[in-house]
Amino acid sequence: MARGGIIGVDVGGTFTDLVMVDETHTGLRFAKTPTTLDNQAFGVLAALTEAEADLAQIDLIVHGTTTTTNAVLERKLARTGLITTLGFRDILELGRRTRPQAYGMKGQFNPIIPRDLRLEIPERMDAQGTILTPLDEAALRRAVEQLRSAGCEALVIHFLHAYANPAHEIRAAEIAAELWPNGYITTGHSLLSETREYERGVTAAVNASVQPLLERYLKRLRDELAHQGYDGDVLVMNGNGGMVSSRLVAREAAKTVMSGPASGVMAAAYTGRRANEMNLLTYDMGGTSTDVALIRGGHPPVSNEIDVEYAMPIHVPMVDVRTVGAGGGSIARVNAAGLLEIGPESAGADPGPICYGKGGRQPTISDANLLLGRLDPEKLKSVEGGIDPDAIRDVFDRDLGRPLGVDGIAAAEAVIRVANAKMSGAIRMVSLSLGADPRDFALFAFGGAGPLHAAALARELGVPRVIIPARPGLTNALGCVVADLRHDYVQTVNQPLHAADMDMLHATFAQQAAAGAGALAQEKVTITETRQEFSVDMQFVGQSHVVRVPLTSGTPTRPELQARFEEVYWNRFKVELKEIHARIVTLNCSVIGLCEPLDLSRLMAPETRQAVATPTASRPVVFDGRPHETPVYWRDYLPEDVSLSGPAVIEQADCTILIPPGDVVKGGADGNLFIHIGGPA
Amino acid sequence: MSIDPITLSVIQAGLQQVCDEMDLSFSRAAFSPVIAEANDRSDGIYAADDGSLIAQGAGGLPVFVGTMQYSTRTLIEMIAAGTVAAPKPDDIYIVNDPYLGGTHLMDVRFARPFYRNGGIFCWLSNTGHWPDTGGSVPGGFSASATAVEQEGLRLPPVRLFKEGVMDQEIYSIICSNIRVADQRIGDVKAQAAALMVGEDRLNVLLDRYGDDVVREAISELRRRATDQMRSLINEIPDGDYTSVAWIDSDGVINKPLAIRLRITKTPGRLQFDFSQSSPPCLGPMNSVLATTLSSVYLAIRHIFPEVPISAGAFEPLEVIRPSGTFLDAEYPRPVSGCAAEVSQRIAEAVFAALVKPLPDRVTAAPAGTSGNFALGGHDPAVGRDYVMYQLSGGGYGGNADHDGLANGCSTIGISKAPPVEIMEQNFPVLYRRYALREGSGGAGRHRGGLGLDYEIELRRGTARASFVMDHGRFGPQGALGGADGAPNEVEVWRDGKKYIPEHLSKEQDIQLQQGDSVRVRTPGGGGYGDPAERDTDLIAEDTRLERN
Repeated sequence: MARGGIIGVDVGGTFTDLVMVDETHTGLRFAKTPTTLDNQAFGVLAALTEAEADLAQIDLIVHGTTTTTNAVLERKLARTGLITTLGFRDILELGRRTRPQAYGMKGQFNPIIPRDLRLEIPERMDAQGTILTPLDEAALRRAVEQLRSAGCEALVIHFLHAYANPAHEIRAAEIAAELWPNGYITTGHSLLSETREYERGVTAAVNASVQPLLERYLKRLRDELAHQGYDGDVLVMNGNGGMVSSRLVAREAAKTVMSGPASGVMAAAYTGRRANEMNLLTYDMGGTSTDVALIRGGHPPVSNEIDVEYAMPIHVPMVDVRTVGAGGGSIARVNAAGLLEIGPESAGADPGPICYGKGGRQPTISDANLLLGRLDPEKLKSVEGGIDPDAIRDVFDRDLGRPLGVDGIAAAEAVIRVANAKMSGAIRMVSLSLGADPRDFALFAFGGAGPLHAAALARELGVPRVIIPARPGLTNALGCVVADLRHDYVQTVNQPLHAADMDMLHATFAQQAAAGAGALAQEKVTITETRQEFSVDMQFVGQSHVVRVPLTSGTPTRPELQARFEEVYWNRFKVELKEIHARIVTLNCSVIGLCEPLDLSRLMAPETRQAVATPTASRPVVFDGRPHETPVYWRDYLPEDVSLSGPAVIEQADCTILIPPGDVVKGGADGNLFIHIGGPA
Repeated sequence: MSIDPITLSVIQAGLQQVCDEMDLSFSRAAFSPVIAEANDRSDGIYAADDGSLIAQGAGGLPVFVGTMQYSTRTLIEMIAAGTVAAPKPDDIYIVNDPYLGGTHLMDVRFARPFYRNGGIFCWLSNTGHWPDTGGSVPGGFSASATAVEQEGLRLPPVRLFKEGVMDQEIYSIICSNIRVADQRIGDVKAQAAALMVGEDRLNVLLDRYGDDVVREAISELRRRATDQMRSLINEIPDGDYTSVAWIDSDGVINKPLAIRLRITKTPGRLQFDFSQSSPPCLGPMNSVLATTLSSVYLAIRHIFPEVPISAGAFEPLEVIRPSGTFLDAEYPRPVSGCAAEVSQRIAEAVFAALVKPLPDRVTAAPAGTSGNFALGGHDPAVGRDYVMYQLSGGGYGGNADHDGLANGCSTIGISKAPPVEIMEQNFPVLYRRYALREGSGGAGRHRGGLGLDYEIELRRGTARASFVMDHGRFGPQGALGGADGAPNEVEVWRDGKKYIPEHLSKEQDIQLQQGDSVRVRTPGGGGYGDPAERDTDLIAEDTRLERN
């Protein structure tokens, strides 16, 4: 048992989730505690306590953290200075600016590094990497000193065309290292060696300005854990879905942005592979937003072109997760045209929907689910202060029903219908933008609210079946315990295929693979197998978009590249362009250290299962305008081979699953449930 | 039959989805970066009888919000009159004639009849900005054309695809008249494929809800959009609101052109009267009617972004046809400046008129120019000709909530600026500076955003520089006591000597040699409110960050 006892703990915006696998891999324990925003370590420790974890028996803790994501989105960053090429200090503020919304001339942008901490020095390369102006080392020293005395903790050195020739950045970093009080120095080319000064600069600036925060947090966490008797390693999830030692991760801290959503998708892919479901649309609906990703062939796509918010590109490899808006807290209203609108405003987590009992007064998706009986109205009684379902119904009557000319219940059903129409449209757009028809996928639903809407969405999308994993509300934490080690490399080439230097190309791939092997060797975790994945980003000459072309080896021939590119392009766009040359834009290599596979069969413990599915209760649930008396089941009691026809409600500790009339739910291995839309396939 | 409002919402979302999928398909497969990266395209669904706008993609370029319904209507009228061949299933018409409901020649429209049960149910149409359509200057943005023939190839509506098959003869005529023709096939295929995607998706929607229900929903949605727009414009007190906005010159005669606007608000209606504006001009700063109308609509949409684009939303906006002015130019007036420049000045006039009655919604004037700088030359190092475009943003207007955005894109666009590194890779130029333009924001309680200050040196060979910009003579207007933003400035340095174009913001074919340079400072936004009321913390921050 190479892994021994493992704990996966994911800190989300609202909850900290934990999955613990004991050293024999026979026992699984779970915990869910409120996230402690100021110091996430407290929430982690609380989760460990709740799970009654004996840290002496644990060999590995894998951690998904929102420390860096929150720091970027809230601009609560370490004080960071920038030294850049003369004439270009404003690149980080000018961006490639559009405007925050297509319509509306308001909106602001807050750069990662303020203008007074952005300094320029004489130096210049051209696009071929030829030195036009030598590095002014004296000016550099002065700039470093100036930023140091201005109280900067981290430093970014970002020069134009450093992807073509990093010599000046490397030399400048050497000099800066002599003067800087710590190791927080990031050069532009080191995280991604790609053309585009804004994207590269922002990536470097984000890296530098979250580095000290992440390192401090992880140190605090390790100290706390050591205090509790833990002497194993702490690994951190990266946005690429792989994990890295907490002692190394801060060097490339920007890669941890979006680690939570990535680990959820990794868990989905892992669960899917075990169930032989290789093509999944993942659908993670939470309180404020919904994340969607597309898994093909059992592996989530990784993209280097994610914007984490408006004008905030962090171009390091990340699992391609798209946020599509609505969550349980999205607010419904009737607009001046008399039409129902859902969102984009959200009640968020605080005050949240009316049914949270925290003072929310506006009707939301969650409230609609409750009025329709899809969520258990009895649970309202346990809400602090107590909420009367009639009070929610009154709000729906008044704010939505009256202007729509229907009663509150019909209004609630309308809210769900319109929300599902919007969400399915958004999911279709994600799928299409990645060149896939959603009907070729199964919908993998997780998150607190995903399983409630999944069947209806699948019907809208023409998706034949829905998979609900055993622990939908703990999927991100599960992603931590099933993750592998992973390192990604990207190199810009920018050559027409017919004139590309194939030897150079093969050599670059070999270098990338070697660098990955070296990085894996530094990790303490036992690796069962090392896998290398090669791909090229290509385009037709004259285009600006690229498509990613996966390769089977790092030594492709020219005709192979041409053929593979044409095939991928055709599959994506149904366009064939024999008349135009192809171009290689970047070479990509991922080196993955596979860890011991984890058995998921105990996610739903056999001993709690019963021989026959027996409802624990029943309640009226509204479908198609009228209440249906609907049986309610407790998921942990269901037999593994359960088969139930809708309507049915299945509840469990971390979520509620809705089976609409006409659909059939069947049990499978690993505690998965499969909802077959319109009955068995 | 009456449709319940819930089904209506769902069908509305469905129609929108059809258009968004067309937009996505077009951009993803397009060749030209203008379409693929800058999203200079739009797709929509138009009524079978009069071409009125049913739904249009949310990601389309704003300047197209109102144009395609006119272009589709004109096509329907010409078919009825027999001046254009009648459609058959799977035909696609191509047209770029500005006077037939268009913008400039580079915006090429495709229109496809959508058949259900043997009849035309509606039209699917899209517009894409082609990188070139011939004419005297590469790219089509002439600063000094005096007739549309100098601006490029003009296509009347003809069926480029006949029953699904591309007419190679028409295509070869087009290709013989445009530059870089070998890459156009990629855009043509993408543009046609997007309409196919629309057809597939619309069929799915109709199969699901039924043709009659969808037809009924379309007319009901139109009525409701009108109601929604009426209730929003009723936030404006009844009365007259006037403004003037200026264009530096037409590029030929160095004299400013005035847009004089009187907006009359009566209950549920806004009337736009431009009749006192300047007469048609000799140079290319004329606007065609469709672009003028579209500019009014896009300005209103910037003010009320919550209203989806549809013909119903435009109904309460009555634009009196500005016959006899440069905002309603007729053949053969040159029009290449209409979509990129005149449109933005029309929007500025609308903002300036309405900022008083709607002080929380409307901003002071934004930079309002596309900042088009074209450099065409020969690179001896690679032995080929090139044309480089630098389109730039500028400062946005201050507003009730905050200072204006720095370096925002044009009012009528949503395009990203190209990276300096990509420009230097592709062209023999060196940027000496790409920076915030200090001191360019108009003073105000909330100041205007800063413009851009860049300088480009020619590294090799010779080249010709052309500028089609604006706001060189007058800065973007301040509002409610705020000062105007800094005007656009162009300096050409040849052999160490400074040259300033006579028309300040427009000139064509300025000869450059190796080592010469061009410096452009784009406008700052107008200030909002009395500068004396500016918060002292904001004043201190501007000083600390050297924004003054």
